[in-house]
Amino acid sequence: MNRNLFAWMALTTLMLCTSCVTVKEYRKNKLNDGEMSLANRKVEKTELSFQSYREGSSGANAGKSGGGCGCN
Amino acid sequence: MRKLSLAAIGMYLSILAAFSQSTKPADTAYKNRTLTFEEANFASSYYSQNGNNSAVTGGIGSEKLADLSNSIELKLHKWDRKSRKHTFDFELGVDHYTSASSDMIDLKANSSASHADTRVYPSASWTVENETKGRSFGLGGSMSFEFDYQSFGGHLDFSQKTKDKSGEFSAKLFTYLDNLKLIYPIELRTTTTTARHEEYATTGRNTFGSSFSYSQIINERLQVAFLLDLISQSGYLGLPFHRVYFTDNSLKVENLPGNRFKLPLGFRANYFLGDNLILRSYYRYYMDDWGLRSHTFNLETVIKLSPFFSATPFYRYYTQSAVNYFAAYQAHKTTDQYYTSNYDLSEFASQMFGMGIRLTPPSGIFGIEHFSMLELRYGHYTKNNGMNSDIVSLNLRFK
Repeated sequence: MNRNLFAWMALTTLMLCTSCVTVKEYRKNKLNDGEMSLANRKVEKTELSFQSYREGSSGANAGKSGGGCGCN
Repeated sequence: MRKLSLAAIGMYLSILAAFSQSTKPADTAYKNRTLTFEEANFASSYYSQNGNNSAVTGGIGSEKLADLSNSIELKLHKWDRKSRKHTFDFELGVDHYTSASSDMIDLKANSSASHADTRVYPSASWTVENETKGRSFGLGGSMSFEFDYQSFGGHLDFSQKTKDKSGEFSAKLFTYLDNLKLIYPIELRTTTTTARHEEYATTGRNTFGSSFSYSQIINERLQVAFLLDLISQSGYLGLPFHRVYFTDNSLKVENLPGNRFKLPLGFRANYFLGDNLILRSYYRYYMDDWGLRSHTFNLETVIKLSPFFSATPFYRYYTQSAVNYFAAYQAHKTTDQYYTSNYDLSEFASQMFGMGIRLTPPSGIFGIEHFSMLELRYGHYTKNNGMNSDIVSLNLRFK
């Protein structure tokens, strides 16, 4: 399962990287839209916190990845 | 004659050069060197949950909990002589929760001292950004205080854009140095721990980690990011008031290994479909040396009803395997070295769905010029073991 998953991810990465084009600044209006940000929204902060309390895994999402809280 | 022609051309060129306007490079344009207000964010959330697998009562009993969270963030910036941008970020958060399961630390009590607590968590960070070189460096610190838990954190950040500015590599080193009071279930306490709060023994939990990410613009509509964290924890990694009942009905406090290594791998892809639709997707694979494996899928569809108003329905699916040390109520053997009945570490699948809205009118919210953004979000979360929760969050931005 894991091997297949990593193979699939590596293949996707390779396909994406080979299809990259340089986008000129004046053509980045869609990429610069606030909703296109590759980060969590501020409004999601508590949501990410409770998910890290209620689930065994955390990290790789700019949220807390361990420590800093007494999870009740 | 030839000399005259060359002299005329030379004169013409020198006059042209004298009157032509040279374009100023972007980094020499005037930039304000005084500390300037950039934005302030006020975030507030109300979270409510229910379930019947509380770890405080050994994997059975109410998980009812309510949490009201408020935070304020203030962002300031200034430019230095080398045209580098310095950003200062200050944040203060206050959470207040009431918990039915924490109340059961003392089984006979009804609304004991532990049924509610307040957590206060200030943080500050400083980032220097060189826009010309596409490079930034930052550092920061955080603290968190609640009755039985104190935490001190720190981080160092670095990021570098590629030459054509279509890719960016980021690295972060972070640590949390935590201290917790050993508040055992009432029936397992010794006389010294019941006397006064100050007499609770304390223990530590340290977290050291690094985060790496690489984001890449694929084309005018698609950008992706790859994320990797390496996290090492050591110290007391359980909680002292989590009961475990064994097959012979004997009782102990949960006991977990003193080390844990976590390895989450993430991938984000955002795609602008047509003129009014944005697809935001996220996937994470997680593994650790306690035997837990998980998959997280998240998809948000941003519907831009106007350039300044969007609605975002979202769906999240999560599934995990149990840690090697989990067993249900009265299922652990007394010979087990490590044991927990915390259902957050059990095998389960969860789903979350909800909706968010975002308003960014050019004239400001309600016509208030500096009130630049309002975000409201609701989500409903369910686990397949019966636990469920609801969360409403609000974020207000002033610029």
